[in-house]
Amino acid sequence: MMASTQMPRPVPAGVSSLATGVRGGTEGPAVEFRNIDIAYGKFVAVRDFSLAIDKGSFVTLLGPSGCGKTTILRAIAGLVGISAGEISIGGRRIDGIPIYKRNIGLVFQNYALFPHKTVFDNVAFGLKYRNVPKPEIRQRVTEALEMVRLPGSEKKLPSQLSGGQQQRIALARAIVFQPEVLLLDEPLSALDANMREEMRVEIKKIQKATGITALFVTHDQDEALAMSDRIVVMNSGVMEQTGTPHAVYEQPETRFVASFLGKANLLSGTMTGVAGGRATVELPDARKVTVATDASPAKGAAVTLVLRPQKLAVGAPAGADLVGTVTSASYLGSSVLYEIDSGGSVLHAANLIEGRPFEEGETVGISLPASGVVLLDADGRRLR
Amino acid sequence: MTAPRDREGRLAWRLTGFVTLCVYIFMFAPILATVILSFNASMFGGFPMTGFSLQWYGKLLANEQVLTAFRTSLWIAVVTAIVTTAIGLVTAFALVRFEFPGKQVLGTLVILPALVPETILGVGLLVLIKAVDQPRTMVLLILGHILLALPYVVLIAQARMVGIRRVYEEAALSLGASRRQTFGEVTLPLLLPAVVAGALLAFTISFDNTSASLFWRPAGVETMPTQILSMLKISISPEINALGTVMVVVTVGIPLIGGLILQGLTRLRRRNEPKEEV
Repeated sequence: MMASTQMPRPVPAGVSSLATGVRGGTEGPAVEFRNIDIAYGKFVAVRDFSLAIDKGSFVTLLGPSGCGKTTILRAIAGLVGISAGEISIGGRRIDGIPIYKRNIGLVFQNYALFPHKTVFDNVAFGLKYRNVPKPEIRQRVTEALEMVRLPGSEKKLPSQLSGGQQQRIALARAIVFQPEVLLLDEPLSALDANMREEMRVEIKKIQKATGITALFVTHDQDEALAMSDRIVVMNSGVMEQTGTPHAVYEQPETRFVASFLGKANLLSGTMTGVAGGRATVELPDARKVTVATDASPAKGAAVTLVLRPQKLAVGAPAGADLVGTVTSASYLGSSVLYEIDSGGSVLHAANLIEGRPFEEGETVGISLPASGVVLLDADGRRLR
Repeated sequence: MTAPRDREGRLAWRLTGFVTLCVYIFMFAPILATVILSFNASMFGGFPMTGFSLQWYGKLLANEQVLTAFRTSLWIAVVTAIVTTAIGLVTAFALVRFEFPGKQVLGTLVILPALVPETILGVGLLVLIKAVDQPRTMVLLILGHILLALPYVVLIAQARMVGIRRVYEEAALSLGASRRQTFGEVTLPLLLPAVVAGALLAFTISFDNTSASLFWRPAGVETMPTQILSMLKISISPEINALGTVMVVVTVGIPLIGGLILQGLTRLRRRNEPKEEV
């Protein structure tokens, strides 16, 4: 297989913070951004963006449309010029050199296979311009097609393939010449739901097998959580947070991250006291809740509690932290989604079913998580 | 209730058919008359037919003037087609792919020669040439034809270019092809239908251009249309019908053959593809 003969073995995917971009040994990051700005005229699409991507890791740029994630990807590719800062690939500064000398693999949302060329010619394209001898081209194209599980499709035209197949060929075309980094620009969003799940697993497998460094751009939080070694959450041209999927999901640094990644109940209140890892917060309707948290904000500070739906346990009203009325219950088989009106604010809770699910109109109690509740300050930043 | 409406519909349908028929007769009757009369045995270039004969074609082949004019027109049209297509493609590429100040103005200016009456263009170029004291040469005539054909080629190429998504070019660049290689290997093949259509149209425009050619041709040079015109000054001989028929065959036949070749190529490529496995 390709992985063993031609590709370097993957370095275990790591998570490095910005400052420690260089990990043990002499190996630098595969891709590094240093304080880049990207502006179109007066519109600043990306502001002061810095990131180091470890060799062999899978990093996702996640954010809503217009957040600058695609712009950053296009900047590494060389399709967009940067206004300030530096970009390097494998330690080599590339922001001055043209796209065709950058040695990057690019996968587009709409496949972008050359419609007038066969699958073979599409996949061989990058090898041809790297002066690889013909017999080797043939061999490597064959291997790449095996890797994307479409062997024997050499003579077909892109128009004869389904969307999923086209995207596999596009992936083969982008990795066959062993680029230093694989850039994926929303590669799954043109596919239908079933195909999307399949391709998600497939891309991740191929990335692992080849050990290629991948930068993936998406607006889909599920894709980001499922595939990434590390997620970079973007909002309006600025990096909001970066970390492992688990860290970003469990410990959102900002209100934006909390609400963009998965559902979150955001409860505003005022601090009335902190003691021994437990903070007491007074809600607007004068109710007080005490939550387990690592943060220790000052008394009287305005805070927002970030509560994930699946961490809210719905049960009997007696002894619960909050009491409310079920306004909607969606039964999903293994779990049930509740909307609970508690003191005027609607809380979402997702619970695995134990016994009988609660019904609409029932009065229930909500127990808050036993540890690690994230508190945000008035500016929406996480309190420590 | 439905019957009257049906009758009304039928009437409208018949009327449409009738009008269409009239339009087609109006369009093709003169051409048909020319073609039929070119085979007339009569000495006079009009009806009635007195018998079938190929003598007028024979006479054409023996007419050195006509043959020279045909050759002149042919090579002028070929050169015009090649040069115009090349310039037109590059212009369309620039107009579609790049942003630069004055792009709108330039786009409009390129189309302008198609809007200005040909006679005005003819006189204009002639006056310009006189002003800079240059002789009328074949080069001038060809440049004039290029000027006339360019707007159409640009329009065709532009329409096609807009339909070629930029990602194909971006993909080629990302795979290591330089800009020139990308144009040659991706953009140009995708533009091929526009290349063929543009070249054929430029050929036709040049081949049957009359009024501007009258102004621009060097002394003693005749193209096919100007040759016909000068023959008409003497008499309406049946030879002219034969010559007209040849013109029709060339200007209609060449684009037709071009189209068929293009279609054949596509079909051939399709046939070579393996059948989709289920």
